[in-house]
Amino acid sequence: MKDLEYYKIERAQQWREELRKNLKAKDRTSLDRCQMVEQDPMQRNTNFSEVNLGISEEIAYNESRRCLDCADPTCIDGCPVNINIPKFIKKIELKDFLGAAAILKETNTLPAVCGRVCPQEKQCENSCFYTVKLAKPPVAIGFLERFAADYERNSGKISIPEVSKSNRLKVASVGSGPAGLAWAADMARIGYDVTVFEALHEIGGVLKYGIPEFRLPNEIIDFEIENLKKMGVKFRPNFIVGKTKHFDDLRNEGFKAFFVGSGAGLPNFMNIPGENSINILSSNEYLTRINLMGAIRNVNSDTPAPNGKVVAVIGGGNTAMDSVRTAKRLGAERAIIVYRRSREEMPARIEEVHHAIEEGIEFLNLHNPIEYIADEKGFVKKMILQKMELGEPDSSGRRKPVPIQGVTETIDVDVVVVAVGVSPNPLVPSVLENLEVTKWGTIVVNENMQSSIEDVFAGGDIVRGGATVILAMGDGRKAAEGMNKYIQEKFAEKK
Amino acid sequence: MNKIISKENLSEKVTKLVIDAPEIAQTRKPGHFVIVRVENNGERIPLTIADSDTHNGTITLIIQEVGVTSAKLIALNQGDSVLDIVGPLGKATNIHKIGTVLCAGGGVGIAPLFPIVKGYKEAGNRVITVLAARNKDLLILENEIRHYSDEVIIMTDDGSYGQKGLVTVGLELVMQREPVAEAIVIGPAIMMKFAALTTKKYNVPTQASLNTIMVDGTGMCGACRVTVGGETKFVCVDGPEFDANLVDFDQMLQRLSAYKDDETVHFHEYQTCKTHK
Ligand SMILES: Cc1cc2nc3c(=O)[nH]c(=O)nc-3n(C[C@H](O)[C@H](O)[C@H](O)COP(=O)(O)OP(=O)(O)OC[C@H]3O[C@@H](n4cnc5c(N)ncnc54)[C@H](O)[C@@H]3O)c2cc1C
Ligand SMILES: Cc1cc2nc3c(=O)[nH]c(=O)nc-3n(C[C@H](O)[C@H](O)[C@H](O)COP(=O)(O)OP(=O)(O)OC[C@H]3O[C@@H](n4cnc5c(N)ncnc54)[C@H](O)[C@@H]3O)c2cc1C
Ligand code: SF4
Ligand code: SF4
Ligand code: FES
Repeated sequence: MKDLEYYKIERAQQWREELRKNLKAKDRTSLDRCQMVEQDPMQRNTNFSEVNLGISEEIAYNESRRCLDCADPTCIDGCPVNINIPKFIKKIELKDFLGAAAILKETNTLPAVCGRVCPQEKQCENSCFYTVKLAKPPVAIGFLERFAADYERNSGKISIPEVSKSNRLKVASVGSGPAGLAWAADMARIGYDVTVFEALHEIGGVLKYGIPEFRLPNEIIDFEIENLKKMGVKFRPNFIVGKTKHFDDLRNEGFKAFFVGSGAGLPNFMNIPGENSINILSSNEYLTRINLMGAIRNVNSDTPAPNGKVVAVIGGGNTAMDSVRTAKRLGAERAIIVYRRSREEMPARIEEVHHAIEEGIEFLNLHNPIEYIADEKGFVKKMILQKMELGEPDSSGRRKPVPIQGVTETIDVDVVVVAVGVSPNPLVPSVLENLEVTKWGTIVVNENMQSSIEDVFAGGDIVRGGATVILAMGDGRKAAEGMNKYIQEKFAEKK
Repeated sequence: MNKIISKENLSEKVTKLVIDAPEIAQTRKPGHFVIVRVENNGERIPLTIADSDTHNGTITLIIQEVGVTSAKLIALNQGDSVLDIVGPLGKATNIHKIGTVLCAGGGVGIAPLFPIVKGYKEAGNRVITVLAARNKDLLILENEIRHYSDEVIIMTDDGSYGQKGLVTVGLELVMQREPVAEAIVIGPAIMMKFAALTTKKYNVPTQASLNTIMVDGTGMCGACRVTVGGETKFVCVDGPEFDANLVDFDQMLQRLSAYKDDETVHFHEYQTCKTHK
């Protein structure tokens, strides 16, 4: 929770006072928001290197001067983990970049990741004074966060968080996505003996198999995983909790409690005719083949993936954008987004939509597939699209797309990627009998992220049913706190 | 890393590997499979756990060479290691005591059939097994299967061993002769399709174990999806066994050919560069 008193005391410190005096608020607000340095769109849509190249120290410094160090920093309300945003930005203004990184890490385990993938325009930057009161572009909080985290990583002066003396109590995470990693960092810091189990052969969850490297390079995740290893966290890839071993086996081996961060890995399909034709894949399959298995992009990879001239991606979220931009990079002549609502209503990060447009992605908004047609060998060849129009606003306040009766369009396609959302991974609920779940299959937890089974905590997409990296990490941290309390109390009882 | 404890060639293209995997050996049941990745840059492929030894902590895999990954796997020797093995995956076979059970295995499908034959026998059933292969040399695990079957009928396409004919001939022979409580068929999709049509004539409830293309094996990707009774199912988590009469085998057959051209080329490259080494 936002602790106003604390922010006030922090803000009253002399160095902050001095910085504020250095430049008048009016002059600060007349500065322009910085631009991210980007790879040229026509070059980057042929490679998998990062699109955003980062900002220089000078650009970062200039941007930091825009922040007014507000008495009521509303930006913090927009950040799910309440990063002390003005403090870290003012450290940048002081050119103490390592200091800025340290502030970020007080509340955010993976700032280099969040700086890159948070939907800032809906979170911190949406609550910035500039957005709310001035109707001007907000302080580029995300870019600055990324800058500070990258600076620290590249400085070679990375600080490994201090780990308390081992209490030799074994705890485990089920899943190594952002929720599990954030949980593991906090538990290791307190002194627990932490093991992270992961079903796949790589650590990182969606950060590895889902989000492509042109948005989030693997080396950034691997770097953080190395740091966790230095803190004593053990990783067990190729281990499915509930299959390789059951919760009871692990309890017998001395594990005191579990954090379930198993994600929302089950892909949804639309159940329309022809959807099981060849070359119609879920975005999970498409991205996994290419990101995790290296299909097509790595000549030495044994894993195949469909490589079409015309690739249509169904959906309007981050997953859809990632898939369609991947298709373009693999050489598709036409890479098309098909989305049933209008462009303004697409849930993807604004930056990704913007980048996609620059890269030559086509958008068929207000279109919805109703049938696929395959050739005699079963390969998809055409899709029939129902044209839509916007009707009355629905419960979410968005105008509901309704079919325009009888108006359809048929287009030729070679590959279709279905990115219409995911459902909670059913594996853990299916092996834990008394686990309370909602009708959507998400795990029910209390305010400490504790489930109906006392030694099982949960967080991230398995609780929220598909959310964001930062929310998953926030849950992981809250669960660590709750679990520590639970174990301490139980332990005290026994003594 | 999982070490190969022993290796035995069962036929020209079929090899048996006993691999160190103590945790999986402990929890696996008949019907379960694993996903294997041989080396870096390797593909993830599903393989049935043909047998296990909880005492030595090993699992047995029986692999038919069909493409690059299976070839790389059986090129390994005793003492070498496989990079990743994860499992046990899938739902275990619902083995129970019911009476006479008819098991049918075709080609390398005999490997996944073996633990099921063994399971049914140990549960106290009368087990009749029909084994089918193109010719005598391709027939595997005959002795092991005989050990756990009350009767074994062998069918070969060319008549080089047992009786000449397809698996369906052997199935009919039994069903005409005596009542059968249930049947299970494992083999190439086309064989399972016709086996299911045959058992249907005799109203024998029949399970088929499907070998679709997979990636993760945990329900995350949907690569393995098939239509069963008009609904889309994921073989890795909902199966691999389904009511054979409800499976859309034609669709499954098509989906199996999704990467055929790519894979044929890749296998050709692999074999060419292997001989050049
Ligand atoms: C393509 C794509 C793009 C996205 N882009 C963004 C973005 O730009 N910004 C953003 O904020 N969010 C984005 N998201 C959403 C975000 O990635 C998720 O909300 C987040 O990763 C959820 O984290 P998690 O830790 O709950 O689960 P996950 O990251 O899903 O990790 C769960 C892990 O648990 C493992 N697991 C499951 N069951 C078991 C078991 N029984 N035993 C062992 N391991 C198990 C899984 O294999 C998986 O690796 C995106 C998602 C996708 C798919
Ligand atoms: C649950 C399950 C259990 C299995 N158990 C075994 C087993 O115990 N022993 C064994 O040898 N094989 C088994 N298989 C099949 C095995 O996974 C494939 O043979 C393997 O993936 C082929 O990989 P590859 O790289 O060698 O060949 P690829 O290059 O991938 O394929 C070569 C050719 O084989 C075809 N093919 C691809 N995948 C399959 C498949 N799943 N089934 C049939 N044909 C396929 C393709 O059309 C392709 O043309 C099982 C499959 C499943 C789903
Ligand atoms: S973690 Fe995300 S929401 Fe919070 S400050 Fe950073 S970018 Fe903004
Ligand atoms: S609201 Fe904006 S200007 Fe104010 S402190 Fe936060 S980032 Fe700075
Ligand atoms: S193999 Fe991916 S869902 Fe079955």
